[in-house]
Amino acid sequence: MSEVRGQRIPRHGVRILVVWAVLSAIAIPLVLLVLGPHLPPGRMSNEASAQTDANARLTALLTPILLLILVFLAYAVVSFRQEGSAIQDGPPMRGHNGVELTWLLVTATIVVALAVWGSYTLVRSSPGAGGGQGPSAAFTPSGSSQAVPIQVIGQQWAWSYRYPTYGGFETRDLRLPVNTLVAFHVTSLDVTHSFWAYRLGVKADAVPGVDNIAFVKARDVGSFTIRCAELCGLWHGHMFGTGHVVPAADFRSWASQQQTTQQPFSKYLGPYSRTYFPLPLHRAG
Amino acid sequence: MTDSFQREHRSLWQGVLGFNVLTAIVLGIVGFFVGAWIGGKIAVGHDYLIGTDQNDVGMFMGYLFGTLGWLAGLGFLNYPLSRMAGRPPSLRHHEFGGVGRYFRLCTDHKVVGIQYFFGVGIFFFIGGLNAMLMRTELLRPTEHPFSAGQYLSLVGLHGTMMIMMTSAFIVGPFANFLLPLMIGARRLAFPRIEALTFWLTPLAGLVLMSAIARNGFPTGWTGYAPLADEARAGMDAYIFAFILIGTSLTLLGLNLLTTVLTMRAPGLTWSRLPIFVWGVASTAILMALAAPVLVAAMLMGLMDRAANTGYYIASIGGSPYLYENLFWFFGHPEVYILALPGFGIVLEILPVFARKPLWAYRLAVAGMLGVALLSFMVWQHHLFVSGMNASLRPFYMLTTELISIPTGFIFLNAMGTLWRGRIRFTVPMLFALAFFFNFLIGGLSGIFLSDVPSDVTTHGSYFVMAHFHYTIMGGLVFAFFAATYYWLPKMLGFTLHEGLAKIHFWLMFVFFNLTFFPLFAAGFVGMPRRVSTYAPGLQPLNDFVSASAYVLGFSMLIFLANLVYSLVFARVPAPDNPWESKSIEWQLPTPVPVLDFDRIPVFNTTPYEYGVEDAPPVASLEPSPVPVGS
Repeated sequence: MSEVRGQRIPRHGVRILVVWAVLSAIAIPLVLLVLGPHLPPGRMSNEASAQTDANARLTALLTPILLLILVFLAYAVVSFRQEGSAIQDGPPMRGHNGVELTWLLVTATIVVALAVWGSYTLVRSSPGAGGGQGPSAAFTPSGSSQAVPIQVIGQQWAWSYRYPTYGGFETRDLRLPVNTLVAFHVTSLDVTHSFWAYRLGVKADAVPGVDNIAFVKARDVGSFTIRCAELCGLWHGHMFGTGHVVPAADFRSWASQQQTTQQPFSKYLGPYSRTYFPLPLHRAG
Repeated sequence: MTDSFQREHRSLWQGVLGFNVLTAIVLGIVGFFVGAWIGGKIAVGHDYLIGTDQNDVGMFMGYLFGTLGWLAGLGFLNYPLSRMAGRPPSLRHHEFGGVGRYFRLCTDHKVVGIQYFFGVGIFFFIGGLNAMLMRTELLRPTEHPFSAGQYLSLVGLHGTMMIMMTSAFIVGPFANFLLPLMIGARRLAFPRIEALTFWLTPLAGLVLMSAIARNGFPTGWTGYAPLADEARAGMDAYIFAFILIGTSLTLLGLNLLTTVLTMRAPGLTWSRLPIFVWGVASTAILMALAAPVLVAAMLMGLMDRAANTGYYIASIGGSPYLYENLFWFFGHPEVYILALPGFGIVLEILPVFARKPLWAYRLAVAGMLGVALLSFMVWQHHLFVSGMNASLRPFYMLTTELISIPTGFIFLNAMGTLWRGRIRFTVPMLFALAFFFNFLIGGLSGIFLSDVPSDVTTHGSYFVMAHFHYTIMGGLVFAFFAATYYWLPKMLGFTLHEGLAKIHFWLMFVFFNLTFFPLFAAGFVGMPRRVSTYAPGLQPLNDFVSASAYVLGFSMLIFLANLVYSLVFARVPAPDNPWESKSIEWQLPTPVPVLDFDRIPVFNTTPYEYGVEDAPPVASLEPSPVPVGS
């Protein structure tokens, strides 16, 4: 091998690892303590909180991986340059079983740990994690049979809401009670939309003919933005609104009042249903 | 070395009147109107719609007959017809020299490679122009230069141009040109099919662009039903163009795979194969297995629109989920169809400019094949909030994250190859190093999207958009430019201007990152994809991104200027082996002779014997004594 004669070979590996360890020791606490609290979507609900934790732990875990490769690349670019203008060959190394095996084991461990951790969050610690689970939810939070159902209906290009436990009245005004498990039943009248209550940590596609259930338990009173997260045609970008988390007593009085005032109109609505089948699109030939 | 192959030369008017792209356009247009007329007659129950753009049968029949006219105009029917008439087979039937052969059916793999380079490049630039217009729209949160409908058309065309039309961005130019050279064959296994795969591509582009005349299509590149069922006639162009591209990809995949499996020269064992060939072979597996599913999905969408079937229409018994599953079963391998050849390119280039053998060759092979295999098992991560059976989510979370392992191999190869190397910072090397920087960020951001709880936040947001631009633009496009600066001198015979190339690189690298990194933040704070109206508070961020995007676009113009300057004005002939590479294609003369090799070479070793004393040349180009060929 073409070694540098008369000199010790610089201990590149040790240098890289030291720089990496120092940078990681600085960066990981910064990510967790400074960036972490600002990561989305916040802590308005249990589900949002689980997502924020997931985002924070992923950022913290991926930081040292990012740094390792970046430090290596930077070190290589600085140290492993061709000296002078004549082309020289490097040492003909073709691999190293120990390094390859270590790399395989370390990456496999990280990856499996990530999948286990993510699955644990999804299945156990925050069942469903605020995502739409279809008509028969596989991951149900405790007390899901008592969850307050709220139907979310997407259509081009607006969201509306029906409250089946209050006579199925329909409104453009989304309110839900705090500290109460709510089951959003998301469906669509026309094309595929996606109901995205950002701070609430809920995202569920609104698919025609499908009752897509997403559970959420709000922790804080406040308002949140609603957007459509699946391209649904011309005014997709305008399909937004605001929802409110209100105290449970306020919710009950508001809903009962709505049920009464909406009574004259509700009887002209179609009966409440899990899904609605609009007429097929009639197209030419 | 003499041209052992005789070329016929014809006068200009003979060239223009023969079977070429002009004839193809004329016959294609004639075919379109004939087909549209027949379609109008078939859809006779709906004759109130004939003459409007709402007759989908007319549109599809028009595109079908237009395709036949296009292919007939190029001369694809000549060979089968002459064989049916009892004439003897001949491979290079009527092949001409000069620039004209780039505009007609040509079975020379080098010509097809250059056709792909320029053909796909045009669509890449159109897609880039769309991106510039989109960034202009996003300069302000609510007041816009384009209407919402125009903006959606731009989104759709940008997506389809960049993903559909550039599916063969690397494989098309570089695999067609280089793969036969690298494995010591003189051609691909099926040269006429090779020509067909190219000529379907510009046709698909023209069909796709015909959507502009019909107000575009509103679905983005994903074409989700039932939005696609509801869309107007521009959607027919999307469907038909994707059918053409799917067909082209399938054929290209089968062709490349057959070539690698059966046509390697003597001595070229699997462990001596250049890593780019492994990248192409694993891509070819994906093309051959994924693209037919796309064609099937599109045919069902075509039936839904034209024949009132209900595959994707919930109210008459179909399911939008069927489309989503079929599309992403193609769609996820598709992103690896884009990425894998990029892996091959950068791993091919690193050893040359680090002057070391490729480190851990078998891990690189395992990495590519592993990515190819796993990419068929992950598609539902695009559907984590769709409402499909949620109990499968942990499985798809695991498979998606498992892809990090083979991808990690590629990074280990790169790091091992750079380790104690003698790096030369040539332009191809800069692009290859930038590939790893970008792909690192792209790959790590993908972990957020593979984690279901995290994906509930980021799904459908600008975070996704930033992620796949980091992998596709930061990966594929950077690898494409690495390959371009590395191999174009060999392909075209002219040296590219190095100063302009370096300006191009630095502008592109810096402003690519300035454009797309802030978009991770836009996604995190809740900006959905594909919207023209956004929260006013995000205007500073969007304006910054737009400004960076303009400079990024400008860097592409520098590349274009370099290409024009070097090919038209400077015309500095390229040396045979400017990079002092040990790979076989650089041992051939520049430009490469028509028949590539006088004799089929015999391979002695790997192409990466840097620093090995007494290493034999990669292949003996004049093996004695038996002449091969004929």
